[in-house]
Amino acid sequence: MLSDRPSALLKISAMAGLLFLHLPILLIFLYAFTTEERTYAFPPPGLTTEWFAAAWARPDIWEALSLSLRVAFIATLLAMILGTLVSAAMSRAKFFGREQISLLILLPIALPGVITGISLRSAFGIMDIPFSTLTIILGHATFCIVIVYNNAVARFRRLSGGVMEASADLGANAFQTFWHILLPNLGTALLAGGMLAFALSFDEVIVTTFTAGQQATLPIWMLEELIRPRQRPVTNVVAMVVFGATVLPILLAYYLTRNGSETAGAGK
Amino acid sequence: MTAAVEFACVSRHFGPVTAPIKAVDGVDLTIAEGAFFAMLGPSGSGKTTCLRLISGFETPTSGQIRIFGQDVSQTPPHLRNVNTVFQDYALFPHMNVRDNVAYGLMVKGMGRAARYGRADEMLSLVKLDEYGDRKPGQLSGGQRQRVALARALVNEPRVLLLDEPLGALDLKLREAMQDELKALQKRLGITFVFVTHDQHEALSMADSLAVFNDGRIAQIGTPEQIYAQPRTRFVADFVGSSNVLPPAMTAALGGPAKWASLRPESMYLSASGPISGTVTALRYLGSGTRVVLRVGEADVAALVPTGAPVPQIGSASAFAFAPGALHVMEGE
Repeated sequence: MLSDRPSALLKISAMAGLLFLHLPILLIFLYAFTTEERTYAFPPPGLTTEWFAAAWARPDIWEALSLSLRVAFIATLLAMILGTLVSAAMSRAKFFGREQISLLILLPIALPGVITGISLRSAFGIMDIPFSTLTIILGHATFCIVIVYNNAVARFRRLSGGVMEASADLGANAFQTFWHILLPNLGTALLAGGMLAFALSFDEVIVTTFTAGQQATLPIWMLEELIRPRQRPVTNVVAMVVFGATVLPILLAYYLTRNGSETAGAGK
Repeated sequence: MTAAVEFACVSRHFGPVTAPIKAVDGVDLTIAEGAFFAMLGPSGSGKTTCLRLISGFETPTSGQIRIFGQDVSQTPPHLRNVNTVFQDYALFPHMNVRDNVAYGLMVKGMGRAARYGRADEMLSLVKLDEYGDRKPGQLSGGQRQRVALARALVNEPRVLLLDEPLGALDLKLREAMQDELKALQKRLGITFVFVTHDQHEALSMADSLAVFNDGRIAQIGTPEQIYAQPRTRFVADFVGSSNVLPPAMTAALGGPAKWASLRPESMYLSASGPISGTVTALRYLGSGTRVVLRVGEADVAALVPTGAPVPQIGSASAFAFAPGALHVMEGE
């Protein structure tokens, strides 16, 4: 017979699993406050907040942060425009090779980042495009589009084609239908897709290393910094920033789509 | 009287030009203003495509469509003064009922107070006064149907199109809505064009109907004409459940050597009747019993009213029919 209460063994292993996953994150936070700057000694010999001031004073961090933000914003914007258009086309039109094209759109997220990175790098090389912020943005947009596309296409599928026809039937032109019918129903899905794409772009390392040239985004800066023995806790401070900038949008996106599915499904 | 809707040799073909699927094929049609017009036919017969040609969601491959004399063949849906009650209602899920109904007025730029006033009038017309603040998801099928009706009527269309409007409702509700739609149409005086595959619905509601088959109109007429004088075997068979008699049998019964129809309810048991054979099936229908008689190669059904004696299966029996009941068909 199954009992309602889980066994002690199950409880302990679940706890152990969660700790294994999340304790390292707590350690990162802890070491941002340590007084020892060369090694990550446990327990920390003392606690200080001087590294926050140190990080604040470092121009290279500001540069990396601003690059990361710019890249994430522009790549997300590109992905939201293109991803929405693609999903609209794919869910409304039926044409020969539709399934194959759908697979091609999804491919960048399935491909290992190394492959995407190398192929983009050689493509930029062949076309004589110098590595710059633009090349990083293009690299990130390849997988950001997929995220937005996936979110939007799921919502399009739930939205019956009838409501668009009903809108036109009642006298609305294409723009009014887009504004009053499509956007409110698509809005949360797009916002969620955009936030996930932003988070994904903000902490991306592999594709970035192949497309960045001399510039460093925040995650790249962290990788380079780990090799140097000085001011190590500064890296931890930056890690906290990256954590916040990625986890918050993902959580928001989760809540948005959860509520969205209820309202969007309410008509059926 | 002006014609509300006219089709002049309208065709709508899909697929490749070399081997097109002829959804609508050379249809001529005139719907009078103020009519309650039904398009009846099996699925795939072209009736829904015809409705979409009127609403503008399809454009004709050839031919001309006129609404109140004006050629609208190339006019997009949002510029036509017709509105549709969709088969799946297609209510906007993110808006409440009042906003759904007021939508047509909002896109025209009417102010909030004015359009909400009109929307509430419409909701009262379809007896949903208390439901303005609900979301479509909180309504029953019958209530959604009324909202769809109110939403389509708020624009004061000159022609209202209804695509299988009662298909999703249960029998009791369907019958109630049939009466209500009919009364509403009389009251508003708007031309109603509705598509259905249910012959009872078409016969009882429409004052004129077109029977569709394979993208063409098999017959247009009043319900009485269509029922009593089917033009072709298809119409006789699809509308009601008539006996279709082959030419030889018609000739044997005193008519010309042509196909004819004979309604089961116009036949009665008579030992000396001209139609004699063996009883092969009996079906009790409540108001009567359907008796199937094997006559030579053909099956002929007769309706024996409840209370009259019913022959046994396997026994020999004979039927006569009322004078004038045998209808000789013009077409094949």
